[in-house]
Amino acid sequence: MNAVRRILRFGTGVRTPHIKNTAERETAVMPLPERIIIPMSQHVGAPCVPVVKAGDTVEVGQVVGDSQSPISAPIHSGVSGRVVSITELTLPGGVKTAAVVIEPDGEQRIHPGVKPQKVESFDDFIKAVRASGLVGLGGAGFPTHIKLNPPNLKDADTLIINAAECEPYITSDYRECIENPADIMSGIQAVMKYLDIKHAIIAVERDKPRAKAVLSKLAAEYSAAGREIEVKSLPVRYPQGAEKVLIYSCTDRRVPPGKLPANIGCIVLNVASVSFISKYLKTGMPLVERRVTVDGSAVAKPQNVRVVIGTPIRDVIEFCGGAKGEIRKLLMGGPMMGLALMDDQLPVLKQNNAILAFLNNDVLAARQSDCIRCGRCVRACPMNLLPPSIEAAYRTGDTERLEKLSVMNCMECGCCSFVCPASRQLVQSMRMAKGEFRKAAAAERAKAGAGQKEKPAAANSRTEGGLKDGE
Amino acid sequence: MENKLVVSSSPHLHCGVNTREIMLDVLIALSPAAAASALLFGWRAAAVIIVCVASCMASEYISRIVLKKPQTVGDLSAVVTGVLLAFNLPATIPLWQAAIGGVVAIVVVKQMFGGIGHNFVNPALIGRIVLMASFPEDMNRWAAPLQGSLVVDGLTSATPLESLEQGGELAYSYQQLLVGIRPGCLGETCIIALLLGGLYLVVRRVISPLIPAVFVGTVFILTWLLGENPLVHILSGGLMLGAVFMATDYATSPINPAGKAVFAAGCGLLTVLIRVYGSLPEGVSFAIVIMNVLVPLIERATRPLPFGEERRLPKWLKR
Repeated sequence: MNAVRRILRFGTGVRTPHIKNTAERETAVMPLPERIIIPMSQHVGAPCVPVVKAGDTVEVGQVVGDSQSPISAPIHSGVSGRVVSITELTLPGGVKTAAVVIEPDGEQRIHPGVKPQKVESFDDFIKAVRASGLVGLGGAGFPTHIKLNPPNLKDADTLIINAAECEPYITSDYRECIENPADIMSGIQAVMKYLDIKHAIIAVERDKPRAKAVLSKLAAEYSAAGREIEVKSLPVRYPQGAEKVLIYSCTDRRVPPGKLPANIGCIVLNVASVSFISKYLKTGMPLVERRVTVDGSAVAKPQNVRVVIGTPIRDVIEFCGGAKGEIRKLLMGGPMMGLALMDDQLPVLKQNNAILAFLNNDVLAARQSDCIRCGRCVRACPMNLLPPSIEAAYRTGDTERLEKLSVMNCMECGCCSFVCPASRQLVQSMRMAKGEFRKAAAAERAKAGAGQKEKPAAANSRTEGGLKDGE
Repeated sequence: MENKLVVSSSPHLHCGVNTREIMLDVLIALSPAAAASALLFGWRAAAVIIVCVASCMASEYISRIVLKKPQTVGDLSAVVTGVLLAFNLPATIPLWQAAIGGVVAIVVVKQMFGGIGHNFVNPALIGRIVLMASFPEDMNRWAAPLQGSLVVDGLTSATPLESLEQGGELAYSYQQLLVGIRPGCLGETCIIALLLGGLYLVVRRVISPLIPAVFVGTVFILTWLLGENPLVHILSGGLMLGAVFMATDYATSPINPAGKAVFAAGCGLLTVLIRVYGSLPEGVSFAIVIMNVLVPLIERATRPLPFGEERRLPKWLKR
């Protein structure tokens, strides 16, 4: 059955251009910027509240923001210096959040709380991971202590380390594999030990033979009886690194819609995250800096840079030789899923794995024309959805149909828009449809008590869509 | 650089293929059959193709202006419709009739329903059917191939399917049928050229081989079961043209693989029913048009299963 499924799924996803300019360049360390801006929302979940105020002196590794909410992660300062102000900031994606602005004094005094961690049990481990402020470093930004502590942890038998890095341009995880393989391995060992997982798979795409060689050599060394570490190379196909796709590629297991990887016995961590865990246990230095790939046609000297979290993006680009011309598009993240920024003053965030800057001639988008029903998006969708039907159902406001079409399964990987010959903004439609669906579901719940039920107008998607859509 | 940054939804990359390029691929795939038609039926075939294309393009251009919509004549879809319409006409057809076919296909079938992607039946086939109903004599006057310049009267002969329908003997060898030396619509006869075009489209991933394979396969199996000569059935009439170029039309065929298979099987079944039991010798156009209308229903019934979901069995099967 799985073989048949595999054949049927052949061709899902897309072949993105292989652009990895920065892969073989050593990571540069960026000097401290003039000021750092630390937003209080750098993770999925409840935003933090600043625990420092203007005028306070802070040290490296000191907590500047925290939250009582279960799904959250504390935020630390990466510099020693003075808190200048607490301002408000609009993050890419439109969320407004408080931000702590700190002026470094250059001394980089380390906070006394930063010391090697004593971890003896699973609970200690989860507490330590929470205290480290770690969130998914691959881009999602989900608090790692939640990921490591799912409700049905005892069923977990496989730890998957995501080093697929399928987005073009981004090489920060690859550099982690090349530069810090030992940390990755001891991080994996720690997770396997405290979560009692027998089998770990490091997933690498086939176009990174060097990373595979380095990791395979160490994997044998770090494996033990009952604690096996395996390196798997996967076909080069976007979005290989998407969690559900990755789990399927590695284990042939499929995460049911609305369920977590742990439901099918898997825990997935990004390779840089797991490497950070080992560093944190050794030193106690929380997540205050990270590696960022800086690339794109506008960047003079593309490279990976180790930066303090909160460094303004403008300074990072300046450090990489500045812009070659006028930047017309600035991305946080990769070209397939990254967010376009309105402002180069925004800081580097915890989950920010790349900064891409493009010149004018790379951003001209083709005009959207009518869907010709070629089915390329349907073929490409890794979640087996029907993007044109979802788009039509969204446009006619048919939330019942959106549910039938499993719109919430969409992970916004971008394959449908990437292949669309009519240049339709399908991902945007998916996103709006998901929003609409969430709204309708919430309204439904609110109404449930009152017993009133309003049926959304059903409409013939094909002709209605056709008559409305003239652009 | 204030306010000069372009903010748009992800993804920020595109594969670079556009509608026009796809239509260009279809035209390339049609070119062997077009060349074959000119060789087999002479300059008259080329004239019919040119008239149909011109009529379709003019109809598209004027429709978009009258409807006050963005101009789409540049996407080349009207050219494809024109060539396909011409392929479905006899080479002897009066040129003004061919032009009417183009107007019907583009204005009535395509633009009145919203233009590219929104028509629910195949424009070229409706063009052909309207011409068949309006000018039955001209639409059934078949020229024998390889006669040099065509003299319109006196040269008519029966198509292989017509002679079969009338209980006659097949006058053509398989080799002749493959190369296209037999009377028929100008683009349908040269099977080799059509297969070549189909292969090109499959290799370029413009079409999935599913529809042609299931369509032709169904006709082959059913005619064989019914005691007919299956080879003659798949090599003559408009089957190959229909299976490769008409049934695979994006707008009028299901978008998902399972739907495509059901659709193509239906096309094959109806074609055989019309050919064997109907009063018409040929049924490919009607079969495709009928199945076109059923596409929304087929798509609803064959919706692909989202990743990770289990197929829910219908209640009556659960016991």
